[in-house]
Amino acid sequence: MDNLLSIITFIPAVAALVLGLFLRGDDLAAQRNAKWAALFATTATFVLSLFILFRFDPANTEFQFVETGEWIFGLQYKMGVDGISVLFVMLTTFLMPIVILSCWEVTTRVKEYMIAFLMLETLMLGVFCALDLVLFYLFFEAGLIPMFLIIGIWGGKERIYAAFKFFLYTFLGSVLMLVAMIAMYMQAGTTDIEALLAHNFASDTIAVAGFHIIGGVQTLLWLAFFASFAVKMPMWPVHTWLPDAHVQAPTAGSVVLAAILLKMGGYGFLRFSLPMFPVASDLLAPLVFWMSAIAIVYTSLVALAQSDMKKLIAYSSVAHMGYVTMGIFAANQQGIDGAIFQMISHGFISGALFLCVGVIYDRMHTREIDAYGGLVNRMPAYALIFMFFTMANVGLPGTSGFVGEFLTLMGIFQVNTWVAAVATSGVILSAAYALWLYRRVVMGDLIKEALKTITDMTRREKAIMAPLVVMTLLLGVYPSLVTDIIGPSVGALIDNYQAALPVADATQIAQN
Amino acid sequence: MTPADFNTVLPEFVLAIYAMAALMFGVYTTKDKAAPLIVMATSALMLALAVYIGVGGAGARQAFGGMFIDDPFSRFAKIVILVSAAAVMLMSQDYMARRDLLRFEFPILVALATVGMMMMVSAGNLMSLYMGLELQSLSLYVIAALRRDSPKSTEAGLKYFVLGALSSGMLLYGASLVYGYAGTTDFAGILSTVQAGEMPLGLLFGLVFLLSALAFKISAAPFHMWTPDVYEGSPTPVTAFFATAPKVAAMCLIARLIYDAFGAIPGDWGQVLAVLSVISMFLGAVAAIGQKDIKRLMAYSSIAHMGFALMGLAAGTAQGVQAMMIYMAIYVTMNIGTFAFILGMERDGRPVSDLDALHQYAKKEPGKALAVLILMFSLAGVPPMLGFFGKFGVLQAAVDADMTWLALAGAVASVIGAYYYLRIVFFMYFGRENDGIDTRMSVPQWVMLMGVATIMLVGVVNLFGIEPVAAMAAEALVR
Repeated sequence: MDNLLSIITFIPAVAALVLGLFLRGDDLAAQRNAKWAALFATTATFVLSLFILFRFDPANTEFQFVETGEWIFGLQYKMGVDGISVLFVMLTTFLMPIVILSCWEVTTRVKEYMIAFLMLETLMLGVFCALDLVLFYLFFEAGLIPMFLIIGIWGGKERIYAAFKFFLYTFLGSVLMLVAMIAMYMQAGTTDIEALLAHNFASDTIAVAGFHIIGGVQTLLWLAFFASFAVKMPMWPVHTWLPDAHVQAPTAGSVVLAAILLKMGGYGFLRFSLPMFPVASDLLAPLVFWMSAIAIVYTSLVALAQSDMKKLIAYSSVAHMGYVTMGIFAANQQGIDGAIFQMISHGFISGALFLCVGVIYDRMHTREIDAYGGLVNRMPAYALIFMFFTMANVGLPGTSGFVGEFLTLMGIFQVNTWVAAVATSGVILSAAYALWLYRRVVMGDLIKEALKTITDMTRREKAIMAPLVVMTLLLGVYPSLVTDIIGPSVGALIDNYQAALPVADATQIAQN
Repeated sequence: MTPADFNTVLPEFVLAIYAMAALMFGVYTTKDKAAPLIVMATSALMLALAVYIGVGGAGARQAFGGMFIDDPFSRFAKIVILVSAAAVMLMSQDYMARRDLLRFEFPILVALATVGMMMMVSAGNLMSLYMGLELQSLSLYVIAALRRDSPKSTEAGLKYFVLGALSSGMLLYGASLVYGYAGTTDFAGILSTVQAGEMPLGLLFGLVFLLSALAFKISAAPFHMWTPDVYEGSPTPVTAFFATAPKVAAMCLIARLIYDAFGAIPGDWGQVLAVLSVISMFLGAVAAIGQKDIKRLMAYSSIAHMGFALMGLAAGTAQGVQAMMIYMAIYVTMNIGTFAFILGMERDGRPVSDLDALHQYAKKEPGKALAVLILMFSLAGVPPMLGFFGKFGVLQAAVDADMTWLALAGAVASVIGAYYYLRIVFFMYFGRENDGIDTRMSVPQWVMLMGVATIMLVGVVNLFGIEPVAAMAAEALVR
């Protein structure tokens, strides 16, 4: 099975095609068939992806499972994974069956809904596996279409505004990236990511329209990529599309958005910005640090003021992504390990939190925090699970949330103490908003009339949560599961990064 | 006329003779009742000729002392022209029959226009160029005014004729200047004059006049003024025809002229084409935003697309010509699909073309709406649809030819352009409730719409292998 990556990438697309062509009607039986088919396809993808995980050799820092084929316009179809991307592939395949299960109760246009999610899975896997610039761009960009439709068709009241905002924000960022990609192709004469990683882009100061640009071409390319990934991530101050999109998206859409789509930004920084433009990254790292620090504190404060549960969690996502960007550009082993860990763990935790909101939204059809209170009296199991993920979101030791935050803070502390100090205050703030949310929704007396008949989680809902609880705990107590796989690749990335910096910088680091 | 000459022009000859025979048949038998038969026969003949040209001889041949050139480049263009003309006729038949428009002259005029286009892409001499161009244009003027009782259609025909005559005048003026300074109308002869060094200024003037006249035909800005009115006023099947085959023919004619006759001075025409390209891309993208009529919108969209295709030519390399050929092939395919849908838009049996009619269309017809969605994203150039690869090819060619500014302008224009295609999707999926439209589609229309949507998706695998063919065509032209 030399083309295992292609197989897992395209299984969902094939399933979507089969659903689209052969499933007729919209009665209950057809809806059930669509759900089962989608569940089967995503589960099969997950099982096959386990083979990749087991046959993956962490000690080898090269790309593995590489496939190459001729394509059009002198481009290649090239797929492969290294220690950095393999876990994102796993995260995607692991979460998709859960996502499909979470929309079991949807009844409008079920077939199209399933097709949209299956297509989305193919495109997300493609982003993490692609080893050709244009192939990457193709997957990255095409992912907008199904998400645009998921928000626009199955979303809430303000869905149209949210869908357009989502599309145009990210499209604008991506087009700048496309121009940068063409410029890179012009400079290096190839679109092969492996070759580009080895290429040294010019970093001499150049003058553009009277401005002297330190870092030259690298800086310009870095900024273009930054525009795209910062929006996707999202970083302060271009995060404003995310709360709108989250609030309006259906539960399953929110889960995919928070758990996987946001990670594409972080993955992009790790795959392109840092290794390909090291001089520019070094130069602009302080900017990223402070943007991240502001994001952590500012969005945590904004989260405190929210009255909508989904919006609160969305802002908390922005804050958590702040740790990730900070860790990546700290460019040391702890920082980057922590950033990847934080992304994986946030995938589980934020996904679970959105599912928790979905559980009560399905019953009460409101996300207003004020509409709830005292749920623990009627929903003990729900209270327990929600508590667990609230704690994980806060970063309680023993959950995976703690490891990611701790490692990134450790990484940034070695580089910039002030930023580390500011960012650490975010840990307290996150405890404040998360626990306060929990107190208002779950604790207290059950006094609201509407809540008196609310029922606890069903068996299906518990089954969805179970794997997420297991993973959060497992990674919390045994983080080497992740760090052993990413360690060598991250180490190689850092070595190359340090080697590419100007000599003066290297001695400075030695002196410190 | 030697037998060898005859063999070379056989497809054109057959189609021209057929058109005259069909005209006689129509006049002396049942007149309009024979129209469906003639449509079928004409389409079948065109497809057969496309196959004949496709499997026919390789290499380059000339006829009539260099007046007519048959090479891989012209064969590629002719296949695209013939297939698209046949496709448009097949999908229009039902629309025209139901609105009492199906006159037997229509397929015959389309056939004659097609002969003209085939002449254009094979022209090796300013005389044969003009002859082909006029044969095409005269036929098109007539079918623009096909709906004689409608003032709008008549206006479209007249407008097209007046502006077309103006451009023909410019073409002839340019040709006479070229003849005066080069002493010949033969492309090869002009090329040797240009190559001899010391480029006469008059020749340059002649070139600019020729290019302006041809820019009229492809509706590149700033020579685009006729396009929206003619697109809107003509009956929809005629608009569909205007948007496809003649664009390919004129674009290929420009390529033929600049390489065969002026190939020695790529810098001079490169600038002109680059400017035309930038203006067209931006005008097409910006002006389409405010449109309320889908046919006018498609007119501006075609202006923008011509800008992109010109970008490939402006690059002045074989790669650029190849990218242009691929772009045109993809463009024509997308337009056939889109017009198959527009042909089907009607309310109470009357054709409608305002965008408001599309509100909530996806609820009514999810399958067709999905196909249109794919087409719109493809027209906007969003991957993985084929439209993206068309754009990617020309952008790549421009960057390779050190015209990064042109590529940047193209990227920006395509973002602006994405807005109005997205708006159609927005209306269909999230629009407000209103009376909506019926889209009764004949079988050929449905097949075209769905087929093209599938092609847009599946093409990502290998572009159906047209890349090497287009490369061969480009090699034949750019020596």
